[in-house]
Amino acid sequence: MQEENVSTFTESCTISVTVNGNLYEREVPVRMLLSDFLRHELHLTGTHVGCEHGVCGCCTVLLNGEPVRSCLMLAVQADEMALTTIEGLAGTNSELHPIQQAFREKHGLQCGFCTPGIIMSVHAMLHENSNPTEEEIRQGLSGNICRCTGYQNIVEAVKLAAERLRAPQTEVD
Amino acid sequence: MLEQHADDTKVLAGGQSLIPLLNMRLASPAYLVDINHILELHYIEPEDGYLAIGATVRQAQVERSPLVQQDHPLLIEVVRHIGHAQIRSRGTVVGSIAHADPAAELPALLTCLNGEVVLESARGERVLKAEEFFTGYLSTAIEAGEMVSEARFPWIPPQAGWSFLEFARRSGDYALVGAVAVLTPGLDDRCMAAHIAYLGIAGAPVRARQVEQALIGSTLDEQTLDQAAELARDLVSEDMEDVHATADYRRALTSELTKRVLKAAWERREH
Repeated sequence: MQEENVSTFTESCTISVTVNGNLYEREVPVRMLLSDFLRHELHLTGTHVGCEHGVCGCCTVLLNGEPVRSCLMLAVQADEMALTTIEGLAGTNSELHPIQQAFREKHGLQCGFCTPGIIMSVHAMLHENSNPTEEEIRQGLSGNICRCTGYQNIVEAVKLAAERLRAPQTEVD
Repeated sequence: MLEQHADDTKVLAGGQSLIPLLNMRLASPAYLVDINHILELHYIEPEDGYLAIGATVRQAQVERSPLVQQDHPLLIEVVRHIGHAQIRSRGTVVGSIAHADPAAELPALLTCLNGEVVLESARGERVLKAEEFFTGYLSTAIEAGEMVSEARFPWIPPQAGWSFLEFARRSGDYALVGAVAVLTPGLDDRCMAAHIAYLGIAGAPVRARQVEQALIGSTLDEQTLDQAAELARDLVSEDMEDVHATADYRRALTSELTKRVLKAAWERREH
């Protein structure tokens, strides 16, 4: 009965979304999640999907610069907005973003499943506070779950990234 | 639309509670009405007696608002305890109130302050006190065809002290129990007015009038705090027993949080 309701009223809608600087126009079912839109329609599979109810943080992307769970938004709600996903961070010659570089150097990942979400959250955190204390870093990471690292190296990586991004000669995106 | 398909329509704002329900197939409304584009609902307005927050204002926007930081610091303190930054950047203040999760922070604050919600429908507008609005577990007085358009958080007297404390197993998890208190000292530096409310101890937020009565006229000495903690312990509903905590554990938490929240609020008063 409930299934029937949903399918009866499902409609499509055309949206235009800027993702990592590219404008996409697509027709999408109105109930499609933003995370599914990114992965299945745009084939940007760097955004991972874990719990699908906003707890694990894997699917974190930037929506007009703010960190959001892409599994807790409908694609149609992103109409005329600008998104940044993990694919949008590295430079044009595929040199890593300073946050990515710091994660690599400090071994801030093991299996890597949570990493895209963590890096997007860290990106937003450092944008708001370029010199966070360890406590603030841990608070900032609390919305992302990692089951491998034990977080120590992630915290180290964030410290290193913050330091480099603060340095005046470093190019900040 | 809300009027026509009232029984099978949900209002969507921040979606941080509704979308998980859809994802987990716990709800499947035929219609969703996305109110995010209604600019008239996007305001944080100081009014005579209260701070008015419109239905599309995000929790993160409240956190960053210089007006709220300056004039309603308790609201800031409470909002910071909601979920994580990634949730607060989408989640709305009014949405959290309309969803009425027993573990949510804002319904407890609204109840503590004796705040109000504005309900709007095609038929008109009505204003309800928090205690009339929250009717039970995930239940409110919202009628078919209505939506909450505004939440009203009363100002706190300048000399009053306040505090919000909650206990959660992990940062950002739903709290097991939380308490929010506002204590106003009189000229003799005894407690002249007391407001205290809890989350997580019953289906709806609980304003603890017995505890408030016990505080009036006191200097918040140890004996009074012990008495308040005892009274609060008895307010925990037998039903609040789940995989996360037994009712007994919640009683112990409620008792301890009561002492701590009252102490912290009293220390923050102006005297």
